[in-house]
Amino acid sequence: MNIQIKNSSNDPIYLQIKNQIRDAILNGELEADELLPSIRFLAKELRVSVITTKRAYDELEKDGFIHSVHGKGSFVAPQNLDLMRERFLKKIESNITEILRYAKLADVSHDELIEMIKTLEDENAECN
Amino acid sequence: MQNAIELQGLKKRLGNFVLGPIDLTVPRGCIVGYIGENGAGKSTTIKLLLNLMIPDQGEIKLLGKDIREFTPQMKKDIAYVFDDLYLPEDMTLKNVQNFHRKLYGQAWQDKTFSELIARFSLPNNKTIKHFSRGMRMQLGLALALSHGAKLLLLDEATSGLDPVIRDDVLDLLLEYIQNEDHTILVSSHILSDLEKVADYIAFIHKGQLLFMETKDELVDQYGITSLSKEQLAEIDDKAIVGKRPHQFGVEVMLKRSLVPSDLELERVSVEDIMVYMIKGERK
Repeated sequence: MNIQIKNSSNDPIYLQIKNQIRDAILNGELEADELLPSIRFLAKELRVSVITTKRAYDELEKDGFIHSVHGKGSFVAPQNLDLMRERFLKKIESNITEILRYAKLADVSHDELIEMIKTLEDENAECN
Repeated sequence: MQNAIELQGLKKRLGNFVLGPIDLTVPRGCIVGYIGENGAGKSTTIKLLLNLMIPDQGEIKLLGKDIREFTPQMKKDIAYVFDDLYLPEDMTLKNVQNFHRKLYGQAWQDKTFSELIARFSLPNNKTIKHFSRGMRMQLGLALALSHGAKLLLLDEATSGLDPVIRDDVLDLLLEYIQNEDHTILVSSHILSDLEKVADYIAFIHKGQLLFMETKDELVDQYGITSLSKEQLAEIDDKAIVGKRPHQFGVEVMLKRSLVPSDLELERVSVEDIMVYMIKGERK
């Protein structure tokens, strides 16, 4: 697993750690029941404070991505894919609502919106 | 035993200078940066913790026990590194090692000490007199880490050292803190690289403890930006922590919660906070 801390980022460091571990879980790089590095080891390697890594783990646990066993460590929680899809759909919906609001303000038609999505998709495909 | 350090109403008068009363609690397993200007009272606090000075008032508990009730055995649980070695100058490494073996008895870890000496490549044939500033500090740190101490106190230990040696020190401190029974208090007027790994920052100013907060919350509270004098006039006075006006504008440190969220602010370092707070107070 790779974790990169960027000081230039506007996200606080705990959030950068949390998001990167979450992404690694979602894209399958980290599998269910896999043991995560200890908060102290992670803090040492990344050279951040223990409180920072602990907060990242606490939030991952709160969001159901990992679970901690006292004295044993933190493990990747088995992900409920349907539930996950449901959550993502909700996110997409709320973002689309936002997009539609802006589209109305800027007088952008549906066809133009679809065209924009396609262009962005192609660009992203090239980058990857 | 949850707390490594507990200070209650700690007070010490030294001529015109008064330290305290200070109340401070340091949880076990963390790194605390104890910061402040020269003469703010950092070293006095550490001397009181080490029983090298007797407080006028107040209570000091280390590792859950009042220091007045410490047995010689318990003293070995506390380690310290000062800005210099304070050992006879004509000692060689061998002499130093033998001396500390006798001093610490059972608690002394010969293997750990030898490993650290090798890691720092300290010379066996030279007397301490011929050690550089960096080598003296490395020896001090090696001694402190070689008797199984649970609490490590560093008083300006890395001031004036080059960045490569400071980086080695950082690695050693991080290895030490892997054991969650271990606690570190670093006093310094420059934290630089050490601030990255500090869990808490305690700020002492003119003998008074201004705050102790988690470093993350502390640095997330504030932001720095450059403004024109007209722009500054529109900022809520309460949001301004400190400012550096110059001929062409002003640099300000602001409380993020009290300014509009679209104002772009740069992240602050602990040193920024120290400088702006102290200078802000002078005006």
